[in-house]
Amino acid sequence: MHSDFAIRVRQNFGFLTAVVLFCVVYLLYHVSHPKGFSSAVLIQNSNEVFTLAMVAMAQTVPVLMAGLDLSVGALMTMVDCFASYLLSGAAGGTPLNIDVIGIRFSLGTLPGGIPGLLLGLVMCLGIGTLGGLVNGIVVVYGRIQPIIATLATGAIYIGIALHLRPQPGGKIDEDLNWALTNSLGDFASTVHIFHDGAASWFAPFAWIPTPFLLLAVIALIVWVPFKRSVAGRTVYAIGSAEGAAYMSGLAIDRAKLVAFTLGGFLAGCGGVFLAIQTSSGNADIPQAGAYTLNSIASVVIGGTSLLGGTGGAVGSIFGALILRVISFFFRVFDIAPLLQPLFEGIILLAAVSIGALRVLRVKNTLELFR
Amino acid sequence: MAGATETDFLVLSGISKRYGGVRALENVDFACARGRIHAVLGENGAGKSTLIKVVAGVVQPDSGSIKLEGVPYQFRNPAEATAAGIVCVFQELSLIPDLTVADNISISAPPKRFGLIDSRAQRRRAEQLLAEVGCEDVNPLLRVHDLPLSRRQMVEIAKALGQRPKLLILDEATSALTSADVERVYALLARLKAANVAILYISHRMHEVDALADRASVFRNGRHIETFDKGARSTSEIVQLMIGRDISTQYPPKPERPRPAPALKIEKLGWENRLQSVSLDVGAGEIVGLGGLDGQGQKMLLLALFGVLRGLTGTITVNGRVVRPGSPSQAKASGVGIALVPEDRKTEGLMLPMSITDNLAIASLKNLLSGPFVDAGKEQRAVEAGIERLRIKVGNRTDAVTTLSGGNQQKVVIAKWLMTEPRIILLNDPTRGIDVGTKQELYRLMRELADQGAAILFYSTDYDELIGCCDRVGIMYDGRIVRELAGADLNETNIIASSLNIDSAGNAPARNEAAHA
Repeated sequence: MHSDFAIRVRQNFGFLTAVVLFCVVYLLYHVSHPKGFSSAVLIQNSNEVFTLAMVAMAQTVPVLMAGLDLSVGALMTMVDCFASYLLSGAAGGTPLNIDVIGIRFSLGTLPGGIPGLLLGLVMCLGIGTLGGLVNGIVVVYGRIQPIIATLATGAIYIGIALHLRPQPGGKIDEDLNWALTNSLGDFASTVHIFHDGAASWFAPFAWIPTPFLLLAVIALIVWVPFKRSVAGRTVYAIGSAEGAAYMSGLAIDRAKLVAFTLGGFLAGCGGVFLAIQTSSGNADIPQAGAYTLNSIASVVIGGTSLLGGTGGAVGSIFGALILRVISFFFRVFDIAPLLQPLFEGIILLAAVSIGALRVLRVKNTLELFR
Repeated sequence: MAGATETDFLVLSGISKRYGGVRALENVDFACARGRIHAVLGENGAGKSTLIKVVAGVVQPDSGSIKLEGVPYQFRNPAEATAAGIVCVFQELSLIPDLTVADNISISAPPKRFGLIDSRAQRRRAEQLLAEVGCEDVNPLLRVHDLPLSRRQMVEIAKALGQRPKLLILDEATSALTSADVERVYALLARLKAANVAILYISHRMHEVDALADRASVFRNGRHIETFDKGARSTSEIVQLMIGRDISTQYPPKPERPRPAPALKIEKLGWENRLQSVSLDVGAGEIVGLGGLDGQGQKMLLLALFGVLRGLTGTITVNGRVVRPGSPSQAKASGVGIALVPEDRKTEGLMLPMSITDNLAIASLKNLLSGPFVDAGKEQRAVEAGIERLRIKVGNRTDAVTTLSGGNQQKVVIAKWLMTEPRIILLNDPTRGIDVGTKQELYRLMRELADQGAAILFYSTDYDELIGCCDRVGIMYDGRIVRELAGADLNETNIIASSLNIDSAGNAPARNEAAHA
């Protein structure tokens, strides 16, 4: 029972439960769907899940430090609105003008074509990252609890989003939309690689939805290295025992800044994708709130403890997948959508209860309150 | 004190440290050398812990100097001391519970590859260090909170070893270890000594000091009393050096009478490996003390009686009825009537932001109801009675309880429990950190309560207080009551000797193997 494998299974029990639960519900979904197991359904599903998965990953970082980030949905929405300008791909370029209380600031012109799109993408992700950094600065130097600090910054981000898009609108470059929201084959034919996707070696991969691959790549090149960095290790230590982390000589403030900044970057990725997927920007306040709350639910279902110290962002991706698949069921079985929150609530409660079983093993009940 | 010689690694001169009005260290000169194991001895509050905190950079001394190999240092934090080669294994563990053993061992300087933590190298390092302390059986992948306390302490030692210390400080490092582990630590210390490491060893176990130390220093009341080489002093002489404080406190007279029938009877109480077959009686009208060195199970015994611990063995009888309270709420219920004045008044005794009135009434709300609601009039009268009874100095009763002085805060905690009209009162070191005047009031109050028929079980880290207040004192060691002292036997020499689990003649009994099985 002390083999490495057994230990890893036990330590990742919450995560593995989420993976198994996802596999079961998703298989069930495909079986009951008339077009189950088709590339079209997969593409549609992965488009619908991508943004929530990103926001859930962003939420994971503060939760690991035993905090909550109430601004993730708002930050995502703000980046979504920025993207509806910066990724429009207008051939003649996009003039960057900002109107503040009637005064116009001009920041030059974003060029057209591919260079403009790439620059716009970098700017969007930079804005998300900056938003996260601001959260971190308020928490670290303002000495304010994350939940209240991000409640305030979240309102600011929504305010900026409303200023940018008082009404839904804007546009996204059509090729960009087509390339990123379909299969790899469509991606290849749009950007003209692999003989426009006709290369024979490429055929077995052509069905894979592009958002799915993007999700996997971001998890792999952002989350995995972070978890193995000193800052990442410190984030886990802070959530587990901040005093012991300090006494071990770890750089607590720096790790918190890095953590919130990373959260901002991930939320920014979600915002960019939502804009690309919907081909517009929308400062939708209820939607931003729903994303924030669903991100917390995803984190918990994915096996991360709200008390901090255990879990990870990959689990949160599966948490987001589970939440979304449940909503897919309502379409297949034609159940009243009004029942959806009820079922989501029951699933959330069941997932959290599994984590609470540990309490039964505590012998000194005073420890439950520390 | 033996004069500082060139071979000394660490030299402290004139170190003083105060916490508020309390002198923790006063003008201490101290030195220790490489390749030696140096024991630091003293009773509770003698200044040992403050001494090592100063050396390890956890607290900064008010005055005095620290020199390492002749070079003066001022440590602002533990990291600076570690950088200078001073590594400390603290009594309170510094491990991070949700991280793995391997993560913890390399927490301050993990091995890296391409800028990221190299988990394979980290694991090899953990395996190596665990092997060095003889703990090959601990899988480095395990999380620390899944390990039993004894293994955690070995991991802590492995972590310290990984920092390649020049001076290793062990503060009660063997207190939670099994006897097999203690042997491993001994062997390890011998190797480190041969490798020219300076070792400071704080222990309450006299036979360990006998077996290990090359040299010992005795502290008392924050002062360095004497340093001597191995064998220069007998155990009973060491005990005499540790005693000897001025007695300035007055205690109320103890009544002369036959021992009353037990109101609280504890039989063979056991919990995990922290309480081992504890049996003790407390009669109605009696004050029974719990003594011994810190952390020998006294607090756990009180928590067990108050319904906080799960999985108890043995029986608890209150007024002839066997009870097994499952929570503090059941323990205070009218059929049982137990009250506990807890260890830490700031976290377990008081709701700090709430008012004095709220704090006083909170444990006895059930007695203050009119229908389903708390009756403001009843509450008012009960609170006033409580304040009067303990003579709590209160400005405005609606002020937050934090506005009171430490002594008055403690009175609030006690008054709160007296308002539940308990028959059995458990006191967990109630006089710690409060002024002498309030202490004396509390001693009188305890005797008054006992005279009114309460059974009082009183844990104190202050021996003087136990002798002055208690009708009998049970001394705990390793989760057991090793001796019960009463009458003329209740004196400082006996208490200290029993606390160290040696008889008054100074012989250490063999370590109890069965107790650690």
